[in-house]
Amino acid sequence: MRIGDFKEAYPADEAVFKTGTVRFWLAVLFTALLIFPFVAGDYLLYMANLVGVTIVAAVGLNILTGFAGQISLGHAAFVGIGAYTSAVLTTRLGLPFLVCLPLSGLCAAFCGIIVGGPSMRMKGLYLCVATLGAQVIFEFIFVHWESVTGGIRGINLPPPTLFGLTLDNEFKFYFVTLTVVIICVTAARNMFRTRVGRAFIAIRDRDISAELMGINLFWYKMYAFGISSFMAGVAGCLWVNFLKTVTPEHFPLMESIRYLAMIIVGGLGSVLGAILGAIFMTLVPEVLKNLLGLLVDIFPLAMSYLFPLQQVVFGLLIVGFLVFEPHGLAEMWHRVKNYFRLWPFEH
Amino acid sequence: MDIFLQLVVSGIVTGGVYALIALGFVLIYKATSIINFATGEFMMIGAYVFYSLMVFLGLPAIISFLGVMAFAALLGFLVERLILRHMLGQPTISIVMVTIGLSSILMGVAEMIWGSEFRSFPKIVPRAPIIIGDIVIRSNLFYGFLLAVLVVIVFTVLFKYAKVGVAMRATAADQTAAFSMGINVKSMFSLSWAFGAVAAIIGGIIIGNIGGVHPSLGHIGLKIFPIVILGGLDSIGGAVLGGFIVGVVENLAGGYLDPYFQGGVKDIAPFIVLIVILLIRPYGLFGKEEIERL
Repeated sequence: MRIGDFKEAYPADEAVFKTGTVRFWLAVLFTALLIFPFVAGDYLLYMANLVGVTIVAAVGLNILTGFAGQISLGHAAFVGIGAYTSAVLTTRLGLPFLVCLPLSGLCAAFCGIIVGGPSMRMKGLYLCVATLGAQVIFEFIFVHWESVTGGIRGINLPPPTLFGLTLDNEFKFYFVTLTVVIICVTAARNMFRTRVGRAFIAIRDRDISAELMGINLFWYKMYAFGISSFMAGVAGCLWVNFLKTVTPEHFPLMESIRYLAMIIVGGLGSVLGAILGAIFMTLVPEVLKNLLGLLVDIFPLAMSYLFPLQQVVFGLLIVGFLVFEPHGLAEMWHRVKNYFRLWPFEH
Repeated sequence: MDIFLQLVVSGIVTGGVYALIALGFVLIYKATSIINFATGEFMMIGAYVFYSLMVFLGLPAIISFLGVMAFAALLGFLVERLILRHMLGQPTISIVMVTIGLSSILMGVAEMIWGSEFRSFPKIVPRAPIIIGDIVIRSNLFYGFLLAVLVVIVFTVLFKYAKVGVAMRATAADQTAAFSMGINVKSMFSLSWAFGAVAAIIGGIIIGNIGGVHPSLGHIGLKIFPIVILGGLDSIGGAVLGGFIVGVVENLAGGYLDPYFQGGVKDIAPFIVLIVILLIRPYGLFGKEEIERL
């Protein structure tokens, strides 16, 4: 039991890892993440990679929507831009993976800023609809700019190499994903201790007040769009190098909605929330699939209900969390943690 | 020139249906400030219920239609009462996501009940195409257009002259004032959802009658956004006008540009118009600019 957590200086209060206990558990988590690939099978590693990629994208969206308060229905399109940039740079120019990774991010960030530019004048619902328009238009470009994107057939690419090592299976790729996830999460967590991050929060809470306090709305909204799409682009690059193929079907509006759902379920405006949401929303459809797979023996048609069932559960999760737990999994996690911290006392 | 006229006329006819769907959307937005991303799924569910009443129960078209209306009103009422009432005063993102979640539920349920194959309505209107001069219009589309225009007129008159309509407008204009004048604001919320659902579902039946029913019929609901942004989210006249404009724009764009892009222009043209309009007027063409105070 940990009681009393007194700080005597501001640096101590602003520290990321506030206490020894936190540091200890983070070390445990990190060790577990490093041991995981040696004990897990291919399927689990595959899921872990997908979850990792999704975490990067979801953290990016949470910066834009959860922290800066700008709704985006086009996040999947930016993931797509990152994926296509990476695919084109690899197959046409033969650039190595490590160069593609930041370039995909930059390219997506550039497109994000173009889309975000008009957002200076738009708010709430109108912005939401404008990003919806961007999503639809980018999808059209993915399909119809055939000379670059390969149309509906998409692009296939060879497995990436890193320091002379070919990352051709889930096991090797896991470490790349893990590294990128840790960098992105740390960067996001740290950003909210700086002027930029706090400005985002001020804009979300009341943009007019933020402006009166000397925050340049235009530039900070641009930053928000840029940073968020950068992460989306990086996620896209990881994604395409992991699956080694990219087609327009991978980035529909539904995917953008899934990212939004993740940060809602996980907790808006919380890095931990984005991580929990990404894990949860990636695993739930898989769990449903496995459950239905068990039912096949008794009820042979079970699998044909998979897709609609996933949709219903997806919708129920969104509605359920918004109505009953608007702060998401992150808040539940804090409650559970606080309960055990004080146990056996109630307050 | 003939092609141009043909495209414009079929655009106007399609636009009539869009206008109806957008009307349902704006009714809900005006009264409750909720943008209903599930409009398309309301349409789809309504079309399926209509289909079931006609085919599985063998009821005549008129009775099925009335049955669907009752169902629509109930659906709108329940959705408002059970889900959206809890969301009053929540931030925009929550409200947007709750209707998106709802649309996902409706889509999944529809596929579980009716499966994912295409279903066509039995013959309701004469099949012979309507010919005016050199212009040919598919009969399903034409009668659908007539029905849509009729419903739009009924709704407009109701809104302008009936007591309920006036009460709803008063609620939209100022909730507190409406409340102090003895209007039951909560029941107005329910009522506007019921009306909105009825408008959407009539639109769904018309679209279903033209192209068959499918769980993804609701995707057409996305077109509402260019329409209502064009017209301004809270303007009924704007929604109707926007419906016609989008109908004509997408038909012209599809007719003239599709050959160059291997199709698909028809679906994104309205969104390009939408972005351009939002760049120039961030509150839509006829929307009123919100003045914010601290």
